[in-house]
Amino acid sequence: MSEITEATLDEPLAPRQDKLRRAFFRFRQSRLSMLGAGLVAVVVFFTIFGTVLAPYPEHVAGGVATSTRFEPPSSAHPFGTNELGQDVLSLVMAGTTVSVLAGFGVVLIGSVIGTLFGAVAGFVGGWTDEVLMRFTDLTLTIPSLILAMAIAAALGPGFTNMVIAISLSWWPGYARLVRGEVLAAREEVYVTAARAIGANPGRILFRHILPNIVSPIIVKMSLDMGFAILTVAGLGFIGIGVRPPTPEWGTLLSLSRSYMPDYWWTAMAPGMAMFLAVFGFNLLGDGLRDILDPKARR
Amino acid sequence: MLYFVLRRIVLLVPVVIGLTVIMFAIARILPGDPVALAAGPNATQAEIEALAREFGLDQPIWTQYFNYVAGLVQGDLGTSLLTRRPVAADIAAYLPATLELVLAAMFIAVAVGIPLGLVTAVWRNRWPDYLSQVAAIGAISMPRFFLGLLLQLCFAMWLMWLPLGGRLPIIVIPPPFVTGFLTIDTLIAGDLHAFTTALRHLAMPAIAMALSPLATIMRMMRASTIEVLQQDYVTTARALGLPRRKIILKYVARNAVSATLTVVGLYFGWLLGGTVLVETVFDWPGLGLYATKAIISQDMMPVIGVALVIGLLFVIANLIIDVLYGVINPKVRYT
Repeated sequence: MSEITEATLDEPLAPRQDKLRRAFFRFRQSRLSMLGAGLVAVVVFFTIFGTVLAPYPEHVAGGVATSTRFEPPSSAHPFGTNELGQDVLSLVMAGTTVSVLAGFGVVLIGSVIGTLFGAVAGFVGGWTDEVLMRFTDLTLTIPSLILAMAIAAALGPGFTNMVIAISLSWWPGYARLVRGEVLAAREEVYVTAARAIGANPGRILFRHILPNIVSPIIVKMSLDMGFAILTVAGLGFIGIGVRPPTPEWGTLLSLSRSYMPDYWWTAMAPGMAMFLAVFGFNLLGDGLRDILDPKARR
Repeated sequence: MLYFVLRRIVLLVPVVIGLTVIMFAIARILPGDPVALAAGPNATQAEIEALAREFGLDQPIWTQYFNYVAGLVQGDLGTSLLTRRPVAADIAAYLPATLELVLAAMFIAVAVGIPLGLVTAVWRNRWPDYLSQVAAIGAISMPRFFLGLLLQLCFAMWLMWLPLGGRLPIIVIPPPFVTGFLTIDTLIAGDLHAFTTALRHLAMPAIAMALSPLATIMRMMRASTIEVLQQDYVTTARALGLPRRKIILKYVARNAVSATLTVVGLYFGWLLGGTVLVETVFDWPGLGLYATKAIISQDMMPVIGVALVIGLLFVIANLIIDVLYGVINPKVRYT
């Protein structure tokens, strides 16, 4: 205890650093947030190294082993093998890359489109605001899963098309969030000051306002990651999205449906992987919201 | 109040126009040739063109759009390119199944979520509260289709308590159509056996749909209850010596529910559009399955129709919620 006091006395921290440090401390205090961060770390690890570390890389590439079809979990295959004799663990490990990168792509593209929409609407105001926000509200009323499915089906299968399709139904939430934040920030003194100096509107919006409202956007992105992964998997489950042999959690789960209940293990690993990844991102998002967005703290 | 409702109903018109414009744009601008797909792999160019002419797809897009809107006014949602059946009739046939599923799920979510939220708020920072908070995040993280699969595996395949899927087995004679909700129609017909059969078929899909909204409603209810518990009038009531049970049930619960209602309205629309996955798992013959089939064959008229109907129901649900605010909280004024 005394050590901490001494350290702070010896070298006073800059206010910003101090804030970060306190936030990090609070984050570490919450066991659930730490669990979430741990799960996300594991997920990110498998996103990068899943394909490389898979025990049967030939199965990930689409190779089959008909002599070992439907083997129950064993030491050689901890999660059993599927209808093609492929090692389920390898497929799920490699599937992390597709599912998580797609989820991240969706959140990233969705947040960029939504932020641009909301920022312009809130900053310019008047008719621009009215038109942009009515369009946003309309898009919100269209059932997003059906919209994403329709766009994905029209664009054809494939990773990029799937990410684009879901992103196009994902941005309205960000537009509404950012518009509200920009409306509030527009009245702040620093904006008036920037205007008085003669900064042009674009500079005020992108250099002054947006950096100040980035916290709620990051919080929403982290809370959305889980749902984006779920949506990607949902599209895969229905059969729109990436096609086999590219391993993807939703597709793997959908294939295993035909072999229930006798070969139940083919469903467990992809399902649990999905659940744990989403659980991790949701816990992390909750924790981040608590420290970055105290207004929303419950 | 009446003025408020009327104004909101008039505001539905621009929503319908906007929805049709967006869906039409998506249907026509995106690549993919639905006509060639519908005509089949062996169709000649002339056959494809004939099919396009038959459905008016050779005309400029704005002519197509105005034809569609003209039909819409008369309740015509177009014709499916693939089955040649009118979309409106198809939707009328599939909508009750989806509505029954969503309402059942919503009922479970509200009936369990609101009391749970209240209880965990009262027991704040004790172990049942912590446990339920973790469980709630877990429930939100659970993919509905995986949960559905687990339920099937457990209750239909291993324990054999519940049927695997569908709404009614073919051997059961369906009740005469009144509401389209099998659970209600069988009761009206007085057929108890068919009623229990329908209910047993509804149970698993409804639970799979309900879990995530249940958790969200519980969390909302917990948060707003905690806020209400800190209000001065609760302290006053306590000081006056009112029984704790009465304070919570009569004053706190009522005030906390109104904030939670918004989530219920939002979730209703979300569930309507999100039945797709659960309907696929349980072979539930609803709008989601219908839309999925149409989407896979790029048959856009049914897709536009489904999006329109769900969008409208979503707006109407939120209107009902807004009216309910006034019933629960007399302070709310409609302007």
